Amino acid sequence: MDKNEIIQIKELKKIFPMGKSEFTALNDINLSLGKGEFTGLIGPSGSGKTTLLNIVGSLDTPTSGEAWVLDQSIGKLTAKEAAQLRKKNLGFIFQSYNLLAVHNVFENVEFPLLLLKIGAAERRKMVMDALEWLGLTDKVRSKPPQLSGGECQRVAIARAMVKRPSLVLADEPTANLDAANSHHILQTMVKLNEELKTTFLFATHDEKVIGYLKRKIYLFDGKVAKDEWVTSNQTAK
Amino acid sequence: MKTALKLAYRNLVGAGLRTWLNVIVLSFSFVVIIWLKGILVGWDYQAKSDMTNWEIGGGQYWHEQYDPFDPFTLAESHALIPEQFSEEIAQGDMVPVLMVQGTLYPQGRMQTVTIKGIDADQDIFLLPTNKLDTVVDAVPAIIGAAMAESLHLTEGDLVTLRWRDAWGTFDAMDIVITDIFSSNVPSVEAAQIYIPLELLREMTMMQDEATILTFRDPELSRPAVQGWIHKPKNVLTASVDRMIKTKTAGQSVFYAILLLLAMLAIFDTQVLSIFRRQKEIGTYIALGYTRREVVGLFTVEGAMHSILAAVVGALYGIPFLAWQAKVGWTIPMDAGDFGMAMAQTLYPVYSAGLVVSTILIVVIITTIVSYWPSRRIAKMNPTEALRGRIQ
Ligand SMILES: Nc1ncnc2c1ncn2[C@@H]1O[C@H](COP(=O)(O)OP(=O)(O)O)[C@@H](O)[C@H]1O
Ligand SMILES: [Mg+2]
Repeated sequence: MDKNEIIQIKELKKIFPMGKSEFTALNDINLSLGKGEFTGLIGPSGSGKTTLLNIVGSLDTPTSGEAWVLDQSIGKLTAKEAAQLRKKNLGFIFQSYNLLAVHNVFENVEFPLLLLKIGAAERRKMVMDALEWLGLTDKVRSKPPQLSGGECQRVAIARAMVKRPSLVLADEPTANLDAANSHHILQTMVKLNEELKTTFLFATHDEKVIGYLKRKIYLFDGKVAKDEWVTSNQTAK
Repeated sequence: MKTALKLAYRNLVGAGLRTWLNVIVLSFSFVVIIWLKGILVGWDYQAKSDMTNWEIGGGQYWHEQYDPFDPFTLAESHALIPEQFSEEIAQGDMVPVLMVQGTLYPQGRMQTVTIKGIDADQDIFLLPTNKLDTVVDAVPAIIGAAMAESLHLTEGDLVTLRWRDAWGTFDAMDIVITDIFSSNVPSVEAAQIYIPLELLREMTMMQDEATILTFRDPELSRPAVQGWIHKPKNVLTASVDRMIKTKTAGQSVFYAILLLLAMLAIFDTQVLSIFRRQKEIGTYIALGYTRREVVGLFTVEGAMHSILAAVVGALYGIPFLAWQAKVGWTIPMDAGDFGMAMAQTLYPVYSAGLVVSTILIVVIITTIVSYWPSRRIAKMNPTEALRGRIQ
């Protein structure tokens, strides 16, 4: 694996059993992602974006072929090793935020640091830093049900970013947001990508997201249909 | 583990009303179990100390023919007091009692009684035997309140008593009631009259004889004595042990029902949690938990109900239990009808062992009940959990 590579996927197939028959959700995927990319998997609903993101996120395993993430072969990891990879190196952002409803903003963002057994003082500083990046310092004690959708997604981004992961996986992060909030969080993510050199991999079919991507990988029926880099003079809206 | 405890606590308290309902039900079980057990321990203690004080002292020797359940044995169950006890008796550390069958004739009625001859200056029993020392025209006698009530006898009453002497000859005499005592021990009150030992010996021509010898010190080693049967204290209180055992069994059914209700509520909460919180479970896994760790988290969360219940239970339980220990629990029936040593008011006694073992048992049961449904999480597919699609 190239020093600068973070993801490498070779001849990956994912087949789901469907009663008596089977369904091929991903077919012969070959991809590689370098560190610091801001890339999206683009495709209509059902094209396999989430499935691919889940495999990269070690939440699922390939049926055949290989997926290397940070020098680890996803299909060969034990449950513990996979959990370790997610805990240390991966951040997740979901369409429906997936915040812990009974925990306040601080506690939600603190969560990944608790799993990493980071000391209280350091934890506090890291959480406050992350909340500052996302402009949430005045919502520290609020609980998710009291927040707007945009605020919730910002908390989710803070939670994904707080441990400074190498790779953030964002599955339709703007699907529940209005245009203003979508642009706001995307601009924040672009900034984090540039300042912290965090790699972002999106799954989306939202034009607003697509506008910010530096690399667009089009999926269609579980196959890579097109893989293009955005030239630097093309600017996001 | 520390993290799991912290998260479990946040989740549990965050869940609000449902948590507190479970906790209150469970805390109620804690307090009721400790209270009921405390009553039994207190009862056991009280019954045994009442028996010690009124009936059995530190243990007894029975004449080999004596059988408390067969009054006809009384005619045969008397003998000279063995020589070896004279010193102990002289020092007041052993009380001989002679027992003879007799009949009382209060106001034209008739009541079969056991006449017990006892020394007026004994102090092993709480019986007011000093009232047998009064000089009166007739035989001084003391009786228990229960019999006094049923025969309508009061202090100072004269009653005719008939008995048989050692040769089987009937004789009769008047007795005067010099005191009426009340104990919590029905067997010292029911159909018994106490008169001075020497007098009874004269009346029956049974000089220096006795039926039962009661000693003070339960610790001394007791030799076997020809013609007498040694009855150690624990043998004499075995009936109390049996009664407490029966009551414990009865109570256990009640605890089981109480705990079953509390556990049902917690089980239900756990099952519901696992279905309602699928996305949350998926999120934990995405954030770096293994499925087994999530099982652990949910188990700790369920088990923590019992810890909170112990804390909440302590809040109202400690004042309640302390108050009960002070004022006691008055039995809502006539204790005298119970037929065993039983006070009208029982004072619960709680030991640290009782409290700790109750809490430990409840925590263990709650943990098992919480773990049981949580095992399902280990079989969940994390991607499906994240979608909240598991049926
Ligand atoms: N666990 C599964 N079992 C069966 N089919 C699945 C499963 N997960 C996804 N699929 C199917 O795979 C296809 C791709 O799904 P997905 O990756 O979620 O698409 P996208 O995220 O692009 O909308 C869909 O047709 C979906 O129904
Ligand atoms: Mg999807």
